[in-house]
Amino acid sequence: MKVYMDNGATTRVLPEVAKAMLPYMTEKYGNASSLHYMGLEAEEILDASRRTVAKCINAEPEEIIFTGCATEANNLAIVGACEALGEGAKGKRIITTKIEHASVGNVFKRMAEKGFEVVFLDVDSEGFVSAEQVARAIDDKTVLVSVIHANHEIGTIQDIGAIGKVCRAKGVLFHTDACQSFTKVPIDVKRQNVDLLTLNAHKIHGPKGVGALFVRRGIRLGKQIYGGPQEGNLRAGTENVPGIVGFAKAAEIGVRDMKKEVPRMARLRDALVAELLKIPNTRMNGPVGKNLGRRLCNNANITFDFIEGEALLMRLSVKGICVSTGSACSSKSLQPSHVLKAIGLEHEQAHGSIRFSLSKFNNEKEARYVVAAVRKEVEELRKMSAFRPGKSKSYYEERKEVLGE
Amino acid sequence: MALKYTKKVLEYFLHPKNMGEIEGADAEATEGSPACGDMVSVYLKVNPKTHVIEDIKFKSYGCASNIATASIITEMAKGKKLEEAKKIEWNAAADELGGLPSVKMHCSVLAAKTLMAAIRDYEQKHGLAKAGAEGETELTSENVMNELMGVINPDIGINIVRLKMVKNVEVDGKAGAVKVEISLGNTDEMFTENIKEEVEEHVKALKGVKKVEVSVSK
Repeated sequence: MKVYMDNGATTRVLPEVAKAMLPYMTEKYGNASSLHYMGLEAEEILDASRRTVAKCINAEPEEIIFTGCATEANNLAIVGACEALGEGAKGKRIITTKIEHASVGNVFKRMAEKGFEVVFLDVDSEGFVSAEQVARAIDDKTVLVSVIHANHEIGTIQDIGAIGKVCRAKGVLFHTDACQSFTKVPIDVKRQNVDLLTLNAHKIHGPKGVGALFVRRGIRLGKQIYGGPQEGNLRAGTENVPGIVGFAKAAEIGVRDMKKEVPRMARLRDALVAELLKIPNTRMNGPVGKNLGRRLCNNANITFDFIEGEALLMRLSVKGICVSTGSACSSKSLQPSHVLKAIGLEHEQAHGSIRFSLSKFNNEKEARYVVAAVRKEVEELRKMSAFRPGKSKSYYEERKEVLGE
Repeated sequence: MALKYTKKVLEYFLHPKNMGEIEGADAEATEGSPACGDMVSVYLKVNPKTHVIEDIKFKSYGCASNIATASIITEMAKGKKLEEAKKIEWNAAADELGGLPSVKMHCSVLAAKTLMAAIRDYEQKHGLAKAGAEGETELTSENVMNELMGVINPDIGINIVRLKMVKNVEVDGKAGAVKVEISLGNTDEMFTENIKEEVEEHVKALKGVKKVEVSVSK
């Protein structure tokens, strides 16, 4: 049985999306900058797609800048804002969190090298950052705040409305990376006072290689890619027309079906989690209990003590199951995810973590198959585990209880 | 990054041989640490007359290649005399498995290291360690270099000594202070911290070392 539960990484392209894209590769393949009728054809569908995407987040069409991916959109937002504002009289302080995606976190680190004063805000044990924290961190030299809308690893949904309000009141630009939340959490850039917002297609059953940045009207950004005058003269390069068509189609379907699909995914996720947590010495990372409603409907992140995530992942992979882990083995040691570290997990707890990210294509039969496979493989790996206590004694005691050693 | 494992690695990972513990083992050793997410234990049963490893088992906390390398090294050592088993090299487990991805070569080192530690444990318990055993672990730059042969550049999968990345080693035997200069060359900078940390950890594990200073340059 094949079960894909790695939708936080990427998703299956919907057949309707692929179908909508095809003519723009094989028949209507004009360049939107060309003056002839085929160029016009391309430009028209590009405009229509822009209107569709804009509508999904209550933006104006001209506020949508299509990019090659979300990473590019994040770079454009942050570097672009720093270049446009940082050189001015106001100052060079920029604020983000400790749980951003690499395409934001590493850009902030780069800006620190370039002389910006960078603040990485702490998060609580479930990954939340509060609007008050943001307000306290903003001083009169601050020019930009960037907070991920929904976290890619642990699914924490931030109150971007409250953060946006703070930023707007203090006259600071507010950017949010909404790649994981788009089509799962309602977004209204006007009501939520968002200035810059990143979207992409391949996390919402659209194609890879296309993203977008919402840039509120009147905001000036430094351009990052030089060339032609495409995308409001902010992002040079021939528009990826088929990709953008697919993006718009996926966004339209995603937002249209949100009310129906989100609760369905949440129910399936909850059923999956309830069964997985019956395995001894497991815990869910990220929002739980009363805060479960502030967690992405399709995300579960679970630590299985005494075993290492990659081993479990590989064993599940052999059984046809695709998931991801919070650890990446790079040399001698595993580098635990910065997100799991930020919410206070010990290294060994982070190493044993697995992310299950669902889509609307998953069903109960698949969930049952996954639970059975995880239970069996966790048991086997624990049997062979050479895990010995590190510094945490309670951890050892736990192991004693479970494995009767 | 997707990991390409050989069929043999997957076979040993999914169906590891010699997995478990030996009750009343003659010797055992555990290397690695939970924080690194990488631990191996090896248990030995040795014939007291012939010094042949009659039984050997392992346990592993780690990734797929950690489990596979630990398993295969026990197969390689089984039936060998201790002196022969000691000749198993750092990269032997990886070679036997048909190769490992570069970032996983360190697993082979950990497997071999744990086997050696278990053999040493047997030798010490049974008075086989040479009289000059203490002398062997005396802190010299040569010993440091030997230890650094166990540090794998995860970008390339070859040890840093062979790659001529160790530019200088200074040892102050009395103070237990070691200074190591590493030159990164063309190594991807994403691995800088890892290499530095691993050099520190390896040198710290040497007897008599109290202070390690690692400097890294391009």
